[in-house]
Amino acid sequence: MPAKVKRIATDTVGLALAHDSAELHVQGKAVYIDDMREPEGTLHVAPGYAALGAKGRITVCDLSAVRAFPGVVAVLTAGDIPGINDCSPAMGDDPILADGEILFHGQVVFAVIAETRDAARRAARLAKIEIAGELAAITVEDALEQGTEDVLPPYEFRRGDPGKLIAASKSTISDSFHVGGQEHFYLEGQVALAVPEEAGGMLVYSSTQHPTEMQHCVAKMLKVADAFVTCECRRMGGGFGGKESQAAQWAALAALGARITGRPVKCRLDRDDDMIMTGKRHDLRIDYRAAHDRTGRLTAVDAALLARCGYSADLSLGVNDRAMFHADNAYYYPAVRIKSRRLRTNTVSNTAFRGFGGPQGMMLAERMMDQIAHRLELDPLDVRKRNFYAPGRDRTPYGMKVVDNIIHDVVAELEKTSDYRARREAVRAFNAKNQVLKKGLALTPVKFGISFTLIHLNQAGALVHLYTDGSVHLNHGGTEMGQGLYIKVAQVVAEEFGIDPERVKITATTTGKVPNTSPTAASSGSDLNGMAAQEAAARIKARLVDFAAREWKVKPAQIRFAKGRVIIGNQSVTLAELARRAHQARIQLSSTGFYATPGITWDRDKVKGKPFFYFAYGASCSEVTIDTLTGEMRVDRVDILHDVGRSLNPAIDLGQIEGGFVQGMGWLTTEELVFDTQGRLSTHAPSTYKIPCASDVPEDFRVKLFASAGNPASTIYRSKAVGEPPLMLALSVFSAITDAIASLKPGCMPPLEAPATPEAIMKAVKAMSP
Amino acid sequence: MTARNSIRFLRRGEVVELTAVAPIRTVLDYLRLEEGARGTKEGCCEGDCGACTVALGSLKDGRLVYEPVNACILLLGQIDGKELVTVDDLSVSGKLHPIQQALVDHHGSQCGFCTPGFVMSLFPLYQSGAVANRKMVVDQLAGNLCRCTGYRPIVEAALAACTGKPDDAWSEARLEIAQTLAGFDDGTDLFIGDDEEFFAAPAFDEALARLTEKHPDAVILSGATDVGLWITKQLRPIRKIIFLGRMRSLREIVETIDSVRIGAAVTYAEAEPSFAAIDPDLAELLRRIGSKQVRATGTVGGNIANGSPIGDTPPALIALGAGLELRKGRQTRALPIEDFFIAYGKQDRSPGEVVAGVSIPMLKRGEAFRCYKITKRFDQDISSVLGAFKFGIAQGRITEARIAYGGMAATPKRALKTETAVKSLSLDDPAGWAAAADRLAEDFQPIDDHRASAAYRSETARNLLIKALTEMAGEATRNTRITGMREFAHAG
Repeated sequence: MPAKVKRIATDTVGLALAHDSAELHVQGKAVYIDDMREPEGTLHVAPGYAALGAKGRITVCDLSAVRAFPGVVAVLTAGDIPGINDCSPAMGDDPILADGEILFHGQVVFAVIAETRDAARRAARLAKIEIAGELAAITVEDALEQGTEDVLPPYEFRRGDPGKLIAASKSTISDSFHVGGQEHFYLEGQVALAVPEEAGGMLVYSSTQHPTEMQHCVAKMLKVADAFVTCECRRMGGGFGGKESQAAQWAALAALGARITGRPVKCRLDRDDDMIMTGKRHDLRIDYRAAHDRTGRLTAVDAALLARCGYSADLSLGVNDRAMFHADNAYYYPAVRIKSRRLRTNTVSNTAFRGFGGPQGMMLAERMMDQIAHRLELDPLDVRKRNFYAPGRDRTPYGMKVVDNIIHDVVAELEKTSDYRARREAVRAFNAKNQVLKKGLALTPVKFGISFTLIHLNQAGALVHLYTDGSVHLNHGGTEMGQGLYIKVAQVVAEEFGIDPERVKITATTTGKVPNTSPTAASSGSDLNGMAAQEAAARIKARLVDFAAREWKVKPAQIRFAKGRVIIGNQSVTLAELARRAHQARIQLSSTGFYATPGITWDRDKVKGKPFFYFAYGASCSEVTIDTLTGEMRVDRVDILHDVGRSLNPAIDLGQIEGGFVQGMGWLTTEELVFDTQGRLSTHAPSTYKIPCASDVPEDFRVKLFASAGNPASTIYRSKAVGEPPLMLALSVFSAITDAIASLKPGCMPPLEAPATPEAIMKAVKAMSP
Repeated sequence: MTARNSIRFLRRGEVVELTAVAPIRTVLDYLRLEEGARGTKEGCCEGDCGACTVALGSLKDGRLVYEPVNACILLLGQIDGKELVTVDDLSVSGKLHPIQQALVDHHGSQCGFCTPGFVMSLFPLYQSGAVANRKMVVDQLAGNLCRCTGYRPIVEAALAACTGKPDDAWSEARLEIAQTLAGFDDGTDLFIGDDEEFFAAPAFDEALARLTEKHPDAVILSGATDVGLWITKQLRPIRKIIFLGRMRSLREIVETIDSVRIGAAVTYAEAEPSFAAIDPDLAELLRRIGSKQVRATGTVGGNIANGSPIGDTPPALIALGAGLELRKGRQTRALPIEDFFIAYGKQDRSPGEVVAGVSIPMLKRGEAFRCYKITKRFDQDISSVLGAFKFGIAQGRITEARIAYGGMAATPKRALKTETAVKSLSLDDPAGWAAAADRLAEDFQPIDDHRASAAYRSETARNLLIKALTEMAGEATRNTRITGMREFAHAG
């Protein structure tokens, strides 16, 4: 158990306030970029691509019919870009417009600028593009067989000699299985509006998790200084990682169009184009061998994570590193080797997606637990508990010591509240009686590391103004994609000034107010921006305290801010009154704030140090029923216990937990990305790509926050990050399906692959038939 | 009689009359680009995500009924005579509508982009005066995707708001609205445009005959749940549209003691009670076609005329032995429905000919029906395999069998060889069932696609027959299915 954390009394922090835009959302009055009144003369972009071909030189690119289409103002190709033709986050390998060759089906070759979006879309279909097709690598297996050059070098964690131990062991397991990718399916598709400003300036409204990167991309593309480009985002209609690097191409095309035509230009992708042209969660093949003792406790693990990265690097370095960082989940591997290959394929470049590789890595851990348990005919929960990190068994494969481990407590409580043992018996009885239908049950843990593993990203800035009427203007580098970051940070600032959160005006994220920001990603939004905004407010407050102490001749310790008033000794004034008087006395009422996460020391080259500030923990228990004649599956009940430290806003946190779980459940069950043999994505619309809908969520869905004394790490009000960790709670659904299939042939591990579609389940069922 | 050359609909208490209506203008584009009402969102533009949901009020048998529809694939001309309600309209002078308030109170929005669609899908449920239960709510919301919340708070908001008698501006103005809509019903033909480009919505057989004769190249439009995608996704340059939704003769349901005839322009939603009267499995099949939005405009006739190998009603109708009625000009002809499907994309329908209706025989004594729709996701998904079975049973034996599948061939198709093998099987002979089911391999050679592999389709088709026979032999469906249990068919 971690040390007890001192509880801080709060007025606003910790309240279950509604999302700051909730009333606007329900009235359709929350303005997304496509809802803004277009500036006069706004033009529209549609991207164009080759109908056939996943790899090869462009031999014919006849755009004459495109240009001739009524309403078309310009047709842009790579040669029209004044600066650098790249929208990658770092590696310089993502052309905005294809230059001479295409590397995946759907790669943008040209962009039509037209008076209406309809005209642009129609014109874009008229291009004649031919590709001198070359052998394309579509799958992980293609890439391995063809020996394509990896997008990034391999990487490895290693401790001891697992190979030797496994070879010498009598109890070993091994397997090779696939974990599918995932389309983000943010409800608001990619969109950007670029408005040209005087003297070469460009204002870009972009639906993005990373305004600073959009600014940089547009500036280098236009060949102007960063200071000439401003990027703003009030809100996104969902992000999930899909609007981090992937928003750049559309911001760039809008800005390019605006530069060339001198008019405002909007780029809003059609849903099918969006799904074809933007990156997704990495799918992996995972190969492993492991050894364990008679109780099911692992002694050695040797695993390879083979990731389909797509045609370029994008964020594959961080994603695959994080997969490795989570290949242990909550379990101790005494001797271990985790290898990672970042395979190049001729498919869209895979990218960030909630969990950022972590979920895929954890699939290895849970697969091994299930395999050991089903082979030894032990209860999988017992095997899991036996393998948890514990005192003396607390070094991760990357050398960090786990010091805040609460997984034993979380799992013990959930085991009890979910009535796991009794339900295990009920499931067994059901399966003994039923021929067609089989039930499965699983309780799985989550341990998720919090911090960007790229250390310099762990910083944030904020800007706070106090006006002389006592109202507050809040701005910070974090973006709002629905996760409730803005309201959480507003609660922190309101707490600091002792005012009602409604007095805090939340404003759009813009590179013009807070510069050089990190993406809103890695679950870090409120940890980083909450701290930065608190510091900004605290600085203003300190000046006010200093002023009031002088004016009222009291000690600073006698001044408090609460309920909209400032208590000064035995008097009190409104915050507005104090602000007015401070302004009269020429005290600055505006401040920036800054935060850099302390104590993280990861050195990637040396494979050494502490990559995470702390871990977030949780557990979930799922019960499912499968139909062994069709492979259909229903989730009957889910119990979740999740640790958010001391919650900044329990309603928002609960929403993240439930939403994350359901999104993870979709990834592992109904959401299947299918590429045809020519490398074309066949599932490029919601008609063919199935995210969970209301009836897929179990009626019996019990979600609770773990009663935490607070985060032992010194985070904002001792809260914990909550954006990503809950997604991995859904691994219990996959394990429960595995459990149901395992009932068909005791002593055997079902070869179930993810996603567990009816077809995947049937395949595993067939493999288990006597 | 001259045709009316404008459309009229009720909007925010005012009658809107439009004479310049491009035939392929969608309601969503009308709202966002012409009205500038941008509360309604475009999520997918193919009727699958529900972000664009708006509600349509119309009179059905004299009663004012609200239904959710996908504005992205609904053509503007289709809302003639109706009331159009959007999310922008619901709060009155700053006061949230009860549905909106419930969503706020239950933390039902996160990113908020899907929220207007959820509000407008719940609006008709609220107006219906139903005391909502969970099953009702998730069915109402099957056509609305949310990627953030996990739905639980939305469902709870719906349960909290939809508790019976509606009390809002619409319930207050009910009578007035109904009167206005009744006034719209002038029974005239509608024609907007010229001979080169038009939206026509005939009311009378003569007008339809004239139009189809003169314009055999026109697109015959029923619900637009498929044709809408030709427009928004394929960008087909459609210039002539003949909409059947105002054809009285095609909007009738005629129930007799031994059959039901469903007019081609009857929507799925309107046909639901008649289907339910035949068999609970048929009602469940209908419930799983598309979503509330799709069923509010989509039609059984369109599902047939479209000829898709994965259309959901054709296999069931084939198994039931339904008859199809086609009309060209003044001529009508009838044929067994299975003969309509000739080959992939090819039906027995000549240019200018329209599907007029389908007649479905009721089940007789000693007959039983089973139907299973297999999909990756239970709600609002297209079938990978659909199996439909009608058996005659006497003395523990199958005496008659009509078996049809979707997703197994280029068309919805009968399993003739298997039917022969099934006839005379005993209901306590599982080994015999297995042998009969093996004959499916002679009836079908399915293909691989993104919905399922050929191998899965073949195996599942086989297993569905086994499942149907298991149920015929008396096994309760709560032991054979995880969805659509017949025991609970009337519980909801």
